[in-house]
Amino acid sequence: MLAAILALGLLAVAFGLMLGFASIRFKVEGDPIVDKIDALLPQTQCGQCGFPGCRPYATAIAGGEADINQCPPGGETTIIALADLLGRDPKPLNPENGAVKPKMVAIIDENICIGCTLCIQACPVDAILGAAKHMHTIIAAECTGCELCVAPCPVDCISMVPIQHNILTWKWPAPPPDMRPG
Amino acid sequence: MSGPADPIRLPPEPPPKPRLWRFSGGVSPPYNKTMSSVHETTVARLPARLILPLHQHIGEAADPLVKVGDQVLKGQQIARANGYVSAPVHAPTSGRITSIAEYPIPHPSGLSALCIVVDSDGRDQWRERAPLGDQFAALEPSALRNVIREAGIVGLGGAGFPTYIKLNPGHDKVIDTLVVNGVECEPYITCDDRLMRERPSDIIQGLIIARHALQARQCLIAIEENKPEAIEAMRRAIEGLENFAVVPVPTLYPQGDAKRLIKTLTGKEVPSNGLSMQIGVVVVNVGTAAAIYRAIYHDEPLISRYTTITGTAVAAPRNLEVLIGTPIRELLEQCAADSSDLGELIMGGPMMGFALQSIDLPVIKTTNCLLALARSKQPPAPTVMPCIRCGACMDACPVNLMPQQMYWHAKAKDFEKTQEYNLFDCIECGCCSYVCPSHLPLVQYYRYAKGEIWTAEREREKADLARTRHESRQARLEREKAEKEARRKAKQAAMPQDMGQQGREAKQAEIQAAMDRARQRRDEAIARVQHQREPTPPASAAAPDGSRPDDDHQT
Repeated sequence: MLAAILALGLLAVAFGLMLGFASIRFKVEGDPIVDKIDALLPQTQCGQCGFPGCRPYATAIAGGEADINQCPPGGETTIIALADLLGRDPKPLNPENGAVKPKMVAIIDENICIGCTLCIQACPVDAILGAAKHMHTIIAAECTGCELCVAPCPVDCISMVPIQHNILTWKWPAPPPDMRPG
Repeated sequence: MSGPADPIRLPPEPPPKPRLWRFSGGVSPPYNKTMSSVHETTVARLPARLILPLHQHIGEAADPLVKVGDQVLKGQQIARANGYVSAPVHAPTSGRITSIAEYPIPHPSGLSALCIVVDSDGRDQWRERAPLGDQFAALEPSALRNVIREAGIVGLGGAGFPTYIKLNPGHDKVIDTLVVNGVECEPYITCDDRLMRERPSDIIQGLIIARHALQARQCLIAIEENKPEAIEAMRRAIEGLENFAVVPVPTLYPQGDAKRLIKTLTGKEVPSNGLSMQIGVVVVNVGTAAAIYRAIYHDEPLISRYTTITGTAVAAPRNLEVLIGTPIRELLEQCAADSSDLGELIMGGPMMGFALQSIDLPVIKTTNCLLALARSKQPPAPTVMPCIRCGACMDACPVNLMPQQMYWHAKAKDFEKTQEYNLFDCIECGCCSYVCPSHLPLVQYYRYAKGEIWTAEREREKADLARTRHESRQARLEREKAEKEARRKAKQAAMPQDMGQQGREAKQAEIQAAMDRARQRRDEAIARVQHQREPTPPASAAAPDGSRPDDDHQT
């Protein structure tokens, strides 16, 4: 009787120590699921999901506060990837968050720009170059197409234009669907 | 019409036949080569206008060196290489630059890209030329490569990879074998065949130069057995040369693919995602070798090439020596093509070529063949049926892939799975589509899947950049906020602690006094103005409600 209690007690202590050691030795900093979700989001930082950026949205998904279908720039691809990651069923994009649009880039009409810096403050990725009372311009390669700079402009000199395909970005289209025997 | 059914037997040759290996798969489509290969190559007429795309090769587009209105001489460089993987473009004839703008170029997308348009002056006048000649042997390989780079030479077999990079294996690699690709396995195409028959010594001279640049031990000239005249001509040209050999290889598509050819000649396989240099082999096309010779011995950059004009719509199929930039329309006219019955126009062969949208596109450095098919003679497009999993594609695949699995996953947009099946080892040779009993456009699925994967990769890179920039912006804003807070705190700390009620009142009084002084000065100024312009009392009218414009300055 005593031997059995002693043996079980010893085992309990030993395993407790092992678990305790493992929890310290293999401690994971931060929440890895948030990082994984964030890696799938398109990083436009546009806020269409209702959160101030992609990482806050990723945190909200991980915390169960947001659904996986709130990201219009990511579209179907992102929803499917998130569903895969989280083991949920994919669902159509929530229309309240916006619609899927072709990829855009912002362009400043440099003749109209008054150099107010409001768009520079709005840009979440610092893709606008300029200084007070000097013309601003957009670094197209860094622009995510989030449209956050459009509204603050007091002279409406920023427009969003779809990104044109060139022979380097062009890709083969999907083949037509097979014919089914009638 | 020669078919795959009647193999041409070679007379026994003195050199012993080297051992050959066999790659798996492959197909034997009807070759249709004799219609153009029996005719002597002629020089195409000088066109009035040449359109030169700046992106005719793999890599970055070239940078224009000329302006609209400039006069250029034949062979003058008009666009320079932009970066390591790039090639310059030269004026194919003398004339005037009339436009530098976007024009449609021969590309599967049918999109436009920047081109330089040269209007010929008809004189075809060369720039000053200073051929290196036999002095090339005294040059360092790197200097030699530079000459080849400046001549704008790219792989003329169809891929258009800058040749000087191929000739640069790096310090750590020893190149044992230089393989010259005269296989030309695609149906219809005969430009390499004609070149080997007509200019064998050019090719051999080019090979001697390339071999010097690579410091390669031996040089193998691989020619498909269905070109006995070319084999004969090349054999005669290498007489007396050591470590040169002509190797007839079996007629089997895609024998001409570089990696298949290496397997056939050496039995070695290039590793997946690897380069042939890793196993000590470099493969160049015969046209490329001839272009190297022209560059070294005649100081002629790559401004012309052999192109096969053939197909059911062409009445007089043959090879033409064409200036790069010549509109395809003129070549079709010279070969008596029936433009009213023109169905599909393909650049390259029927297996790997792509359809062109217009006959006004120019010939580029990689245009080895223009295949014009008559609409009236084209069979109706076969009905695409579902995959029956017969596995015929798998047996035909020369790369040992599983085309049916890749098709399945590409169709389901499961691109990760296609990569697990080594999608990127696919050479898009079209053997699988050729044998498919359901007529599935398999290659199209693989190209689509590759494109989607590349796009996703680009987008992922862009997203990573955006994330980094966003995070550094957040960090900067935080830092600025903290700095501001620290400054405010420091200021507060610097202020006398015992200011108390009295101190604050004193400060208020000071501010009040300053405001009073300012108001007084303003009133005086108003009075002065009123005094000067007695009749109009605008200030007095505005004064009572205090909404004068200059009030703003005080706030």
